[in-house]
Amino acid sequence: MATKTHRPTVVEKKLVGIADLVIDSARRRRDPTLAIPVRALSNVTFNERRGLIELGKRKQARSFFNVAMAKKFMQTVLVADALAELQRANLTTSLREIYYRTKHTIKNSHENTLDTQDESDPIIEDLEVTLTALREELHVRAENAGSVVGPLVLVDDGDTVNCARLGKGGYSVPSIVEPEYLQIRRCTADFVLLVEKGTQWNRLSEDKFWRRYNCVLLTGNGQPPRGVRRMARRLHEEFELPVYVLVDNDPWGYYIYSVIKQGSINLAFESQRMAIPKAKFMGLSSADPEAYGLPRNVGIKLNDKDVARARELLGYSWFAKKPWQEEIKRMLSSGLKYELDALANKDFQYLTKRYLPRKLKEKDWLD
Amino acid sequence: MVKDIRRSKLESALGILFDGPMSAKLKPRAKRAARVAAPAPPPQAPPTPAKPPAGKPAPTVTAVEMGARQRDISVSEFFTKNRHLLGFDNPRKALLTCVKEAVDNALDACEEAGILPDIAVTVEVAGNGAAPPPASQATRFRITVTDNGPGIVRQQIPPIFAKLLYGSKFHRLRQSRGQQGIGISAAGMYGQLTTGKPVVIVSRTSPRSPAHYFEVQIDTKKNEPRILEKKQIDWDAPRGTQVTLEIEGRYQKGRASVDEYVEQTIIANPHVKLTYVAPDGERREYRRTFEQLPPAPREIKPHPYGIELGMLLKMLQDTASHTLTAFLAGDFSRVSPAVADEICKTAGVSPRARPRDVHGQTAENLYKAIQATKIMAPPTNCLSPIGEDAILSGLYQQIKGEFYTAVSRPPAVYRGNPFIIEAGLAYGRGPEPADGAAAKKAVPLAEGESDDGDHELARVIRYANRVPLLYQPSACAITRAVLDTTWRNYGVAQSRGALPGGPMVIFVHMASVWVPFTSESKEAIADYDEIHKEINLALRECGRRLGAFLKRRERAQSEFRRRNIFELYIEEVVASCNRLKGGRLPTDKLKEQLQAMALRITGGSKTDQLVGRNGSHGPEGLPHSIIVTPNGVEGAVPAGVDAAVPAGAPEKE
Repeated sequence: MATKTHRPTVVEKKLVGIADLVIDSARRRRDPTLAIPVRALSNVTFNERRGLIELGKRKQARSFFNVAMAKKFMQTVLVADALAELQRANLTTSLREIYYRTKHTIKNSHENTLDTQDESDPIIEDLEVTLTALREELHVRAENAGSVVGPLVLVDDGDTVNCARLGKGGYSVPSIVEPEYLQIRRCTADFVLLVEKGTQWNRLSEDKFWRRYNCVLLTGNGQPPRGVRRMARRLHEEFELPVYVLVDNDPWGYYIYSVIKQGSINLAFESQRMAIPKAKFMGLSSADPEAYGLPRNVGIKLNDKDVARARELLGYSWFAKKPWQEEIKRMLSSGLKYELDALANKDFQYLTKRYLPRKLKEKDWLD
Repeated sequence: MVKDIRRSKLESALGILFDGPMSAKLKPRAKRAARVAAPAPPPQAPPTPAKPPAGKPAPTVTAVEMGARQRDISVSEFFTKNRHLLGFDNPRKALLTCVKEAVDNALDACEEAGILPDIAVTVEVAGNGAAPPPASQATRFRITVTDNGPGIVRQQIPPIFAKLLYGSKFHRLRQSRGQQGIGISAAGMYGQLTTGKPVVIVSRTSPRSPAHYFEVQIDTKKNEPRILEKKQIDWDAPRGTQVTLEIEGRYQKGRASVDEYVEQTIIANPHVKLTYVAPDGERREYRRTFEQLPPAPREIKPHPYGIELGMLLKMLQDTASHTLTAFLAGDFSRVSPAVADEICKTAGVSPRARPRDVHGQTAENLYKAIQATKIMAPPTNCLSPIGEDAILSGLYQQIKGEFYTAVSRPPAVYRGNPFIIEAGLAYGRGPEPADGAAAKKAVPLAEGESDDGDHELARVIRYANRVPLLYQPSACAITRAVLDTTWRNYGVAQSRGALPGGPMVIFVHMASVWVPFTSESKEAIADYDEIHKEINLALRECGRRLGAFLKRRERAQSEFRRRNIFELYIEEVVASCNRLKGGRLPTDKLKEQLQAMALRITGGSKTDQLVGRNGSHGPEGLPHSIIVTPNGVEGAVPAGVDAAVPAGAPEKE
């Protein structure tokens, strides 16, 4: 066999390290224990200087000889084994396939190693943070859940993709967009517009908004997947394009924006590769209904969950800036949330023809 | 006109409301009838001034007419119309009631004569000429109950089986299954009503005397027996009675079925040997597992607290005593001459007064004085509880479980009637057979499946004087007491207002000289505070023992489970590590190292002991209990019980 494929990758070595830990502990008659960084709000800090959410130093112990953790420990070793297998075979796979790969009934029992995918997904995240390996490096991919269109030329598996010539459907952003897999050959756009909803992206794409304003249109269909975030980040970094975010005016929209900008709590360790601290919040702002004359009756009453989530956001240090506190409080005091789609109330093409042009002209965005 | 308004007896009997042309046609006859039927009273205007005079007249009758209609109602006629009061509301229940009445009588007779009962119950489909339909579709059944009791003397056979409210048990205060003397004759009447067939009785009092054969029916008008056939026959039994009833009914297995009745009877009466042949031909033999007859209950006089004023008046009239003191001391229990004098003094009546002269206000004063005087509780030797050992034996024999316990409460009193509450409990599904784990193949569970999600509730079996109560559980003091016992304190799940959950049978028995049933069909015990409290106390004691058992088992199992978890997962961890290391790992060494740690962490051999693997622990601190583990039985298993062969195992004929 060729030596190149057989040499273990860095990630594989890290995975084998888990087996070494078990063997070593057993030899020294110690309880095998993994130290896993805690992935919770209590263990993240907002680095204001860098504009990133960073993972703290707190770690949790996962021991084998502890009734409450024994199963999770076993599952962790099992998943590590499956991930190492991927490394050796140089394959990528999905979270779901990892779940199926590691599921079996334990010998001499009725018990399954895993009962649902909900058990294996967090373990993969645990391994990501513990081994400081990105999901892409672990060869685990997510769904292709994003689209891009604009003056952009990519090379994917040797195929050249010109995103300006893909009609209104655009190019489906793969979940792994690292330079090894996807190269950006050329980009002549002036900025990137990241839209929360596919419907609004379709509207802009159909109206050829990107051609008129020379931008790259990206969408992640809700909370943007890692591929989309990484793509935006690369365009931002490699072509120095400003990134504008267009989301619904509700607490979830705010949070989507904040994940794009500073990273998420759950995957804080990846902020440095994903986050775009200079991303701007274009809308929909709680000031817009008044500024753009949206009637009150196209709003939706905030429900209890919305209110609770908005209050939570007010407490996050990355929303501590005065304009943001005002923005969120304005929404709370109005008691209403607005969808991007509500702009259609004025005109089907209001978003393309009026709203965005005016926003861009007035430089009306939040940082 | 006035006359016309009046309604004749005939018309009122026919229930015709006359009106318009119809009334015109009827009028002449009505007049005639009125003249004939009511010559004496002057015609009266209808007392309906509010109605317009030309309107429809309201029908009226005179006091005399009404008086002429009054007549005796025979008890038989009453119960023919109100058969639901006796437990014949539907065909299925009727079948059960008939079997129950016959078996109750047989058991009462045997026990009173000091004979260990040996009963045969046969329920078969009665074909009406044609081939009999299958048991589940049949509507006619022949019930035959045979006992080895003392037999019945010839003269008494007809009234016992064909006269309502005839019996030996009503007028005395003594614990027995039957109370009123309605049961078996009502069953016979029901058969007569639905099939027209008489009750057939064969009885023999000793091997030297002949067996008498009777066919009797009840004359419902007079409540008197009508003998259709009587003769002497050859009968192979040396002694005993056989009753055969043919009735309309329905046989359906399950809750409140004849099968359940028989099974529950055996639980509370382990001294009975019983053979039961079900309509579908299935034959069950229940062996006697308790070789002792229950102590014969003694008859007692009424306790003064238990009687009402009317009863007191009647007793005053009926007594043979000549003085009030003698009456009080002689006709009641727990009243000494001194207490009698005290009562008289309180009532302001002369102790020497003739009982017959005490009535009206004086009697009422006497009644109040009785209630105000402190009198000892009634004697309790009149009661015959089942006993803890016998309950334990019955439960152990009939119900598969892991833990059994039984409690007999000391006697208590409600309304002057002594009673005893006994409770028992069988918990668990029985130990898994040693090879059961292997036999039950491990099926890998798919996503969303779980092992077993059944949430069964406890089953409550209720008894009054050893007779199972199968209907109206929610009206019964026993069910209510089970519901308001806080089972959660004993480690058993219980939702609000529901029965406790889990594989559990709760047994409650009330023994009393007079069980307060809520109806004649004897289905539920009335909820007296004293009774409720006693049931609660008995259940709590059972619960405490169950809690102790569960806790002990839980502790052992959790240690065991911990080790088990590690043992299970060690395999997985070792296999994964081996693959991670490219298959070059000395797996046995790693496994050994990990297993040694598991044993050290989970308490080692102590767990084996706690789990009962070496069978060294008995049910300490758990009196009258049995614990069953896969390795054997701990606790006092009553003699005569063979754990290997459960009695009553179905045996196809």
